[in-house]
Amino acid sequence: MSNSAYKDHLGRPLVAVTGMGVVTSLGQGVKDNWAALTAGTSGIHPITRFPCEGLSTRICGMVDFIDIPVPNAVERSYAFARETTIEALAQAGVSGDFDGPLFLAAPPIEPEWNARFELGDRVRPEQMTGNAYEQFLAILREKADPVLHEAFLYGAISERLAERFGTRGLPVTLSTACASGATAIQLGVEAIRQGRTNRALSVATDGSVSAEALIRFSLLSALSTNNDPPEKASRPFTKDRDGFVIAEGAATLVLESLEAAVSRGARILGIISGCGEKADHFHRTRSSPGGAPAIATIRAALDDAGISADQIGYVNAHGTSTPENDKMEYLALSEVFGDRMAEVPVSSNKSMIGHTLTAAGALEAVFSLLTISTGTLPPTINYDNPDPTIPLDVVANVKRDATVTSVLSNSFGFGGQNACLVMAAEPA
Amino acid sequence: MTEPSHQVVVTGIGLVTALGVGRQAHRDQLFASTAPDRVTDSERFAPYTVYPLPEIDWSAQIPRRGDQRQMENWQRLGVYAAGLALDDAGFKDDAEACASMDMIVAAGGGERDIAADTLIIEESRKRNDREQLLNDKLTTELRPTLFLAQLSNLLAGNISIVHKVTGSSRTLMGEEGAGISAVETAYARIAAGQSTHCLAGGAFVSERLDMLMVMETIQGLGKDPTAPFWNQDGTANGMNLGASGAFLVLESLEHAQARGAHVYARLEAVFGDRGPRDDGRLEKRLTRLADDAGASDGGADTVVFSGASGYPDLSARERAFLKSRFPATPLRTVGALVGHSVEAHFPTAVALACLALDDAAPISPFAAGEDAPASTAANSAIVTTIGHVRGEGIARLTRTS
Repeated sequence: MSNSAYKDHLGRPLVAVTGMGVVTSLGQGVKDNWAALTAGTSGIHPITRFPCEGLSTRICGMVDFIDIPVPNAVERSYAFARETTIEALAQAGVSGDFDGPLFLAAPPIEPEWNARFELGDRVRPEQMTGNAYEQFLAILREKADPVLHEAFLYGAISERLAERFGTRGLPVTLSTACASGATAIQLGVEAIRQGRTNRALSVATDGSVSAEALIRFSLLSALSTNNDPPEKASRPFTKDRDGFVIAEGAATLVLESLEAAVSRGARILGIISGCGEKADHFHRTRSSPGGAPAIATIRAALDDAGISADQIGYVNAHGTSTPENDKMEYLALSEVFGDRMAEVPVSSNKSMIGHTLTAAGALEAVFSLLTISTGTLPPTINYDNPDPTIPLDVVANVKRDATVTSVLSNSFGFGGQNACLVMAAEPA
Repeated sequence: MTEPSHQVVVTGIGLVTALGVGRQAHRDQLFASTAPDRVTDSERFAPYTVYPLPEIDWSAQIPRRGDQRQMENWQRLGVYAAGLALDDAGFKDDAEACASMDMIVAAGGGERDIAADTLIIEESRKRNDREQLLNDKLTTELRPTLFLAQLSNLLAGNISIVHKVTGSSRTLMGEEGAGISAVETAYARIAAGQSTHCLAGGAFVSERLDMLMVMETIQGLGKDPTAPFWNQDGTANGMNLGASGAFLVLESLEHAQARGAHVYARLEAVFGDRGPRDDGRLEKRLTRLADDAGASDGGADTVVFSGASGYPDLSARERAFLKSRFPATPLRTVGALVGHSVEAHFPTAVALACLALDDAAPISPFAAGEDAPASTAANSAIVTTIGHVRGEGIARLTRTS
């Protein structure tokens, strides 16, 4: 392979993926997840973590099968990320210190209510003056609670990952809402293209579902209330879609310059060939009506990859199953793909695993790379009542075989966040 | 690391602290022979002392009342300071430049609803079915818009809405380290030619019981309103939170020159790291960071802007390190002047360094009686921030005019 084979169309180092790990409501590990996902299995189930009588949404894609020492979002998010990173590093054949930067997409975590209740219980009757926080401060002045402090800090998860896996420098913890997972990959790609590292660890994790998180999304009318049966609730691109299903999960990708990966004999799982982003200034939760920022984001990712829309063989959609997203996403895709739109297969992994929020972009990147390497397009399940205003070639209900060399993966989030990735097979 | 192909300069400063609103309000107080008077409030949150928000006319940077109502003070402060930085850089009315501008925001979380939380805690004392109580009360008491006011990435989201900065939008989290990473990431992208102009910074509101509570879980807050930042033995007296909105416009030198922008300073290097701090490992890491940043002892025309948090032992170690590494260099204790602003602290310190590097006069001491007067105007600046629990960063900046 000549030296130019390791560079992209702009002379930048090509960025390969050499290790992947995932956890979703479908299970732990790439192999099991891919088998379930291509079989059209749903991981959506009734909520058991907390009682939900009286709540309008009582279903989720939470992950409750990984042991955690204390039931809080920091411990859970860390445990997911640790497990997916162990898997990814094993696949990449990297042992010892990772010695590259860490980019972690992590949920913006509010302290747990059980922690507040415990503090409240420590308040003595004579201290019960003022508001709850004044009372908490009075008891914390008497006795510090370092464990609680750690549970409050946004930097706590990346700290533990950095220590455990020996990453280099100050880890970056980021949140771009539902685009976070894609942004974590983008930051890793940028670092390698900058030439400041040959490898980067991109991790996205979300174990933050609590009653408060659920209710907050409910109050914004974002969640599906099709509680029965749970596995039918997430219905992207259908006429009767009514919101997303809140879920948890994590994904880790080991990114390496292709040159460094090849020279150490690593197996190349695919290439992250393009990243695009563009913020939307229209509204806090709604997209610009014309979809211009989403269109610009997709085009930016294609330009970054140096390909045209004609070369995309499959779209791993954001496909949240909200009325708003799916309509806007179709609008944006059809603008970019034009007449070819009807020929481009599209599916939404969220029909099976729900919306894993912070983790979604990275999980869907892993599944996009598996689509390329296996030649299998995972289905969009529950696609039994197509929305006629969204005439996409949705991979309906059962998987499809197809040879795909380039995939587009979309991520759009609250706060005007848009990030798209283009992934490709290893150059021949 | 490969040699950066582009120089990175600071062309816009948006700064709001207890000292006042905007670059000029700070400049007016920072070039006298003595330290400015501290602006603190030791009564409202007694026994804690905070550096409060100054009086701010939000409408000056957030003209629509509807936008103001969608935010609480943390997001308002950030959006306001970002607007000041854009104004200062001459980008405020340049729609094209804002539409292609990158943005990196260091964020914590927004304000809790203290009244709703108090209601739930008080009810919980009377009931055994707490989880059911939670569902009932959260469903009825939470304001839908408050969720958005609490979401970390909605500070950036509101900057996009209000100022139309939409090239990209990234929110970094993780206390002091988020502020370090914001500047570090912006620098790396511009140096490598991945970005030409970038808005980077953060905001922190000190007058928040929920934030005081986070810091008091490890009893880190100072409780003596009369105590100076530094004790005579070189330790510090505890953290006093300070309000700060601090945004910088960073640009490649070519981009700044092409539009004839005023350059405050050149950002020569910025590095962050983390790791165990025991057995001298903190000092070892700081030494390496300073080496990597090219921060040798520049003598009297260099100024060190220390982001010491005020945690007694940690800040004492930082001070000892700085004294041995930069023996002839005047120290400016940022936390003594404006309080500790967590995610916004590093950007605040960089902004203050830029003011010093843009002025013909020596920068005032920040900690009265402790920071030595400078004999000459600063030609270079070293900025440090050591996170109160983790994360360390060092930047080096130089004068350009």
